[in-house]
Amino acid sequence: MKRFGHSLGMLFALLLLLAAPPAARADTAGASLLNVSYDPTRELYAAYNDLFEKWWQAKTGQSVRIEQSHGGSGAQARAVIEGLQADVVTLALAYDIDAISEKAQLLPADWATRFPHNATPYTSTVVFLVRKGNPKHISDWRDLLGNGTQIITANPKTSGGARWNFLAAYSYGLRSSHNDDAQARAYVAALYKNVPVLDSGSRGATTTFTERGIGDVLLAWENEALLALKEHPGQFEVVVPKTSILAEPPVAVVDVNAQKHGTEKLAQAYLAYLYSPAAQKLACENGYRPRLISVYASCKTRFAQIDLVTIQSFGGWQAAQKRFFSDGGVFDQIYQAH
Amino acid sequence: MARDAIPGRSLALGTTIAIVTVGVLVPLCVVALTAAGTNGQALVAMLLSARALAAFQLTFGASLAAAVIDVLAGTYVAWILVRYEFPGRPFLNAIVDVPLALPTAVTGIALATLYSAHGFAGAFLEAHGLHVAYTPLGVGLALTFVGFPFVVRTVQPVLATLPSDLEEAAASLGAGRLGTIARVTLPLLVPSMLAGFALALARALGEYGSVIFISGNMPLRTEIVPLLIVTRLEEYDYQGAAAIATALLLTSFALLLAVNVLQRRFTLQKSRT
Repeated sequence: MKRFGHSLGMLFALLLLLAAPPAARADTAGASLLNVSYDPTRELYAAYNDLFEKWWQAKTGQSVRIEQSHGGSGAQARAVIEGLQADVVTLALAYDIDAISEKAQLLPADWATRFPHNATPYTSTVVFLVRKGNPKHISDWRDLLGNGTQIITANPKTSGGARWNFLAAYSYGLRSSHNDDAQARAYVAALYKNVPVLDSGSRGATTTFTERGIGDVLLAWENEALLALKEHPGQFEVVVPKTSILAEPPVAVVDVNAQKHGTEKLAQAYLAYLYSPAAQKLACENGYRPRLISVYASCKTRFAQIDLVTIQSFGGWQAAQKRFFSDGGVFDQIYQAH
Repeated sequence: MARDAIPGRSLALGTTIAIVTVGVLVPLCVVALTAAGTNGQALVAMLLSARALAAFQLTFGASLAAAVIDVLAGTYVAWILVRYEFPGRPFLNAIVDVPLALPTAVTGIALATLYSAHGFAGAFLEAHGLHVAYTPLGVGLALTFVGFPFVVRTVQPVLATLPSDLEEAAASLGAGRLGTIARVTLPLLVPSMLAGFALALARALGEYGSVIFISGNMPLRTEIVPLLIVTRLEEYDYQGAAAIATALLLTSFALLLAVNVLQRRFTLQKSRT
């Protein structure tokens, strides 16, 4: 019995040890910073955090540790609203950072003006991923309709990436009809009629297309499409449409949290350094389009020239969200029962 | 000193109420309170929209079907595990719990891989004209998978403690094997089967992770109610999400209450005879 009590005590001690948080955040060696980001940026920020930690140490002599959190962009924003202690957020769309500002007042509404280029240090766009040899002969948006072509894209109601896809398709509909909204709607309605599966997130849609073999064409973030090429050599091809949308994943310091942690300067420097040539080069290597022209030109990844519209042509994210993706909006109308 | 026949009754009752209140009732009240602010008319219109009705129909239909299949298959497996000695039984017994331990997303992805047109099982079934992945059938399949352990684990202990002399007596009085099972053993198992059914059903009604990977999430066809809730959350519409959740909770509660009443009736009947 005594032995039993003893081993039970040991077990508790062990459990406590395991449950204890790994080294308190404000350790004496240096500061730490929490970057709350969305799903596909995992590889990019793993590389960038290394780069930044070295640069900061060389510059200030202070060691710093960057912690990362990844998830769906909307879910991450909700976590911050509900109290996740993010010092900086790097999300898929401005709408999600707007929500943090609006619902929890953790940063001012004009956050997008605090860094260059609408606070987006790198951009992406929407391209097509098709199967080897492009059997359905897809070269542009109009080829997505007819010929029994099945299109894979996630549900824009639950996926930030899928919202960019939807708007890219809609903007093609507008261009091809001289800005006739009715025809643009008809185009996206016809397109979504050929979508057999609506995954809840972009990564899920990519898996459905690449691993399950469903569909003839995947509407994808350019960086995801390039990653799929790398991971499945010889199975897929990227088709670049003539027009698409400029996807701008923005970054912001979460002021209230950073002030509380005393990390304002560090957070500011962390995001500002994303615009440096070294960081821009990393972005480019990970399939994101860098903002710096010099890096863009010398980048190893070949980015095709596309005519890109911006979210501003839809009046910004707040307007676009309300019109297209809110309850009863344009997207819901496509799926109205007849 | 006069003592209650049951020691510590008031203390036990107090702590029980406290645990149930803090652990279950308070979180549920938060959901209901969040929903309370919604515009009633808009809520009713939304719940009665074709899309929401289709989702409710799928969620309840597939959950009930899955729970029924779980009861049949789960009781059968519990029977085999209790009544037969065979090599590898402890191993098989342990495997039954795996669906509980598996992260639901892993379940969903595994099932989608297996049953999609290019999957091992999917290729065979599609060749015979049966589509599983991205159909309501796929939803039912995922729900059956996650609910299965609940039935086995509720029926198994009852079966194990069932006195075998009852069955022997039935046999000695001339009942056939099937007659013994149908008229002696099964009636004794019914309450535990109903309990397993209720657990499997409850799990299925709220299940999200494993379903969304195999359902295809097509509005009006394969959209489940929990997905409607997550969709609301994506729009930062907490009230709308809580409202749908409350509707789901109330219907689920009514259904579970009915199963419990049924279970009680069977138990009472049994003790009377």
